[in-house]
Amino acid sequence: MARKYKGIDQLSTRDKVVVGLMVVVPTALVLWLVWVPAIGSVLLSFTNWDGIGPLSGIKSVGFKNYVDIATIYPPFWPAIQHNLIWLAVMFFIATPLGMFLAVLIDKGVRGTRFYQTSIYLPVVLSLALVGFIWQLIYSRDQGLLNAITGGTTDWYGDPSVNLWAVLVAATWRHSGYIMLLYLAGLKGVDPSLREAAKVDGATDRQTFFQVVFPVMRPINLIVLVVTFIESLRAFDLVWVINRGRNGLELISTLVTQNVVGEASRIGFGSALATIMLAISSVLVVGYLRIVMKEE
Amino acid sequence: MTRPTNEAEYLARLIPPSLGGVNRRTVLRGAVGLGALLGAGGLAACGSDSPSSTGVPTGPVSGTVSAGSNQSDAPPKAAIKAVMDAFQKANSGTTVKINTIDHNSFQENINNYLQGAPDDVFTWFSGYRMRFFANKDLAGDISDVWTNVTGMSDALKKASTGDDGKQYFMPATYYPWAVFYRKSVFKDKGYEVPKTLDELNALGAQMKKDNLIPIAFGDKDGWPAMGTFDQLNLRINGYDFHISLMAGKESWADPKVKKVFDTWAGLLPIHQPDALGRTWQEAAQSLQQKKSGMYVLGSFVAQQFEKGAEQEDLDFFTFPEIDPAVGTDAIEAPIDGWMMSKNPKNEAAAKKLLAYLGSADAQNIVVKADPSVIATNDGADVAGYTSLQKKSAEFVKSAKSIAQFMDRDTRPDFASTVMIPAIQTFLKNPKDIDGLTNSIEAQKKSIFAS
Repeated sequence: MARKYKGIDQLSTRDKVVVGLMVVVPTALVLWLVWVPAIGSVLLSFTNWDGIGPLSGIKSVGFKNYVDIATIYPPFWPAIQHNLIWLAVMFFIATPLGMFLAVLIDKGVRGTRFYQTSIYLPVVLSLALVGFIWQLIYSRDQGLLNAITGGTTDWYGDPSVNLWAVLVAATWRHSGYIMLLYLAGLKGVDPSLREAAKVDGATDRQTFFQVVFPVMRPINLIVLVVTFIESLRAFDLVWVINRGRNGLELISTLVTQNVVGEASRIGFGSALATIMLAISSVLVVGYLRIVMKEE
Repeated sequence: MTRPTNEAEYLARLIPPSLGGVNRRTVLRGAVGLGALLGAGGLAACGSDSPSSTGVPTGPVSGTVSAGSNQSDAPPKAAIKAVMDAFQKANSGTTVKINTIDHNSFQENINNYLQGAPDDVFTWFSGYRMRFFANKDLAGDISDVWTNVTGMSDALKKASTGDDGKQYFMPATYYPWAVFYRKSVFKDKGYEVPKTLDELNALGAQMKKDNLIPIAFGDKDGWPAMGTFDQLNLRINGYDFHISLMAGKESWADPKVKKVFDTWAGLLPIHQPDALGRTWQEAAQSLQQKKSGMYVLGSFVAQQFEKGAEQEDLDFFTFPEIDPAVGTDAIEAPIDGWMMSKNPKNEAAAKKLLAYLGSADAQNIVVKADPSVIATNDGADVAGYTSLQKKSAEFVKSAKSIAQFMDRDTRPDFASTVMIPAIQTFLKNPKDIDGLTNSIEAQKKSIFAS
């Protein structure tokens, strides 16, 4: 039965066609759906195209868009800063919180299912709804928070607090997501490891940090990547609130503001998108290196 | 950017209606609705007067004509249908296919829409936003429709004309911007309508003493404050400077512009605080609830007032005089209407439909349905107007120059990506006017150069 594989000649014509299609079709899809748009954006970022007219009418403006972004476009640097703050909060607060909740639930507190569902609920809700729910809480004149505390803080409008107010909402949602991912991982950990740790006299804390956590390395990596990606492409919630202005600038919203709608500064928006792509690439490359090394 | 038409809209499109509440889109829809109503008006008109009396293509038309409408809410949608039905009835053999597109999506995708397979006629706005598509060769020339149009003033014709001197737009309705107030509040407290900036400041101080917020204010969506800038600029520097500033021909770092921001900064203490977290609807409700005394907005503010007695209680005055040499004869009144696509499948019917939509009969129906706007056609029946509409019509008629709105008078990319953040920055920090105007000017140069 076990014939030795003698190379491609051994395959029938039909097999060759099938294999060929299996290679060509996905490659074409990836090229068309991923690389063409990505490279197209990069190329467009050196033009001032307004989205109207034939491609032949596009004029190159060199690095003008990039220079403008860095020098005379006031929302850009705040956007970078906000993205970094966002990343830090997700990384240091939301993700650990999600993991902590997962561990608690995994311990089997009473009403596990109830907690699990309620923590995960925000992830299921559409962001429009999430934005609306928090609007009810945060509204300056009609909101729950000010009604209870008697304050007049303009949670969504005051640029010194609105980013943090939004981050609370984002954390609310993000930690539910992380919790579910992590819970799935925890359920997959071999119970005999815990038992062995217990027999050796490890405390719960030691068991988690020295046994369970290292075993869950693949899940940890996924959680890490999810956190980075979600933070960098953070968009919807902010857009729903005030379209990413007035203290809530993020790179993704700047891209949309410039490209979508009548503004149609396609070239300028593409330059912003390219900057975002470059930042993400750094993280993706870092992630790939870790994964590759592991294998 | 927008009056009710742009920025808000365009950014708003992404916002669910539940969050956005009533905004400009609604206003626009109202306008479209008006258009639709116009159609309906057509219905009413049909009985006595055939729309063909206005001219356009002579003789009967036939076939299918498609109309792109951003009136996606149920009532204006029904109104459009009624108007189109009326047109069909008057032109047997003609079918109007209404293609209703969600208001936000419509504006967001207008570029792709017009470059793809657009409908024969579609709802749009006058001003730069109309001329832009005319210049890009994406709009159909309807000059021949205009040769037979009656009841439209020269100013309206001018507002419908592209840079090449041809007409590309059929006005349906418009609405003025002014300072709105409740008559009952002014009467109770014995307030007088302020005629000058000093009187406005004095009135504001008095209102504060009476525990009223003098001027309601909300700029969460970014566009409403553009209206305040426009009013101040029209009063301080006059219409010509304003239009040329909007056209990118003047420097934003000019001391004249700084004076506008300076004056505005002086007025901010009598504005409702924390405007950046408040929508115009919330601000309008504070006027409606008599918590604030005045509000600088378009007459669509009436949408936040109940029809009937409450709307009757709503009144307005023109923004007070700041420089006697400039006076108060320049106002702002954005126009909504219809355009024809570049290559309509049924040009004859499309033109006939546009002529009909501009007729008094059609407009009568529209303005009745939405009392926050007024008809553009002089022949429209003003007897049925509410007192607010009557006053609006007078107001617009008596104005010497009429601007549209910042996001309609200047490039949309400049208005949305530069002016919205800039004005919001100013409202956050009214002190650094030099830095602000220099930043605007640097961005303006870059954008207008492209």
